[in-house]
Amino acid sequence: MKVQVDMDLCQSHGECCFAAPEVFELDDDDVLQYDAEPDESLRPKVEQAVRNCPVTAIRLLD
Amino acid sequence: MSAPAVVVGASLAGLRAAEALRARGWEGELVMVGAEPHMPYTRPPLSKALLGGALEPAGVELECEGVDAEWRLGVTATGLDPERRRVALDDGDSLAYEMLVVATGCRPRPWPGEGADLEGLFTLRTVDDSLALRAALRPGARLAVIGAGFIGCEVASTARSLGVEVTLVDVLPRPMRALGPLVGEVCARMHAEHGVELRLVAPVAALLGDGAFSGLELADGARVEADLAVVALGAQPNVEWLEGSGLAVRAGLICDEHCIAAGASRIAAAGDVATWPHPLASGGLIRVEHWSNASEQAGVAAANLLAAEHERIAYDAVP
Repeated sequence: MKVQVDMDLCQSHGECCFAAPEVFELDDDDVLQYDAEPDESLRPKVEQAVRNCPVTAIRLLD
Repeated sequence: MSAPAVVVGASLAGLRAAEALRARGWEGELVMVGAEPHMPYTRPPLSKALLGGALEPAGVELECEGVDAEWRLGVTATGLDPERRRVALDDGDSLAYEMLVVATGCRPRPWPGEGADLEGLFTLRTVDDSLALRAALRPGARLAVIGAGFIGCEVASTARSLGVEVTLVDVLPRPMRALGPLVGEVCARMHAEHGVELRLVAPVAALLGDGAFSGLELADGARVEADLAVVALGAQPNVEWLEGSGLAVRAGLICDEHCIAAGASRIAAAGDVATWPHPLASGGLIRVEHWSNASEQAGVAAANLLAAEHERIAYDAVP
């Protein structure tokens, strides 16, 4: 599974971090860090993260 | 064949309700009624990336492909008859429903005094509002923002980044009241550092201008000359269409803890328009204007509409 976040759009709302904490994390400067190729088993959580992003910045690439 | 499920309101809460109805097994017809001519989109970028030009309207569209529904867009609901189970529409049609989701959201609170129809006055709620304001925000233009809450502060910040001269006015001593005095101080300092002129504890006495807006007169007599104004005084729920329905409305549509309208088991509400008793408010009635709340509450409200009464779950999320 491949994930891409448009960092120009990301506003660090943090909703993805609640939906899929294994994949998304805000660092000490509130900048989003994420695993671009998470394990397939996390797909439902990542899909939830995509849906929960208020600025539609997250894309599932496969 | 049973009547369709009808969702009134085709923004985030309406879309999430529709998705939940389908996911929970509603196989009948589904009709989405939306006052705006657009398919559902996400609003947070309207005061930021879309307003600033970093994003175009296609970039705020929400994914709707998976929702099998009939979309009635550019149509406003004007009345509700829970006895006959019908929603009246402003195009003269009326829709029978098997179950109904009320997700009509809010609209901006207008300028309450004289001058509300001056040219150059804007509010910000819809994608069309955002594009109209964006077209007016030319470098060197002078913008007065009335109200330093979320929308006012975000508009001030975006406009400043476009080279607009911005004056941000509020009756309170600090911006961003919702986030408390500490964050308010930081926010005020950041605006000042970026060249936004703050006028705090500064009630607006009058809008100036004859035909076209030309500035503000403040309560202390000072004047703020400006070419444009954004009125950012908060929002009010779209509940007028429920008048005469017999449903209880206090600010929003009053629901029980399951988001089901009080006394009407076929009607649920979600998002900015829903008022419901929250356990963390000791069961007090609250209404929440928040993106995540609209999304989550709609899923619960729709699931509860389909569930047997004893299987309904209380909605107690915190955005």
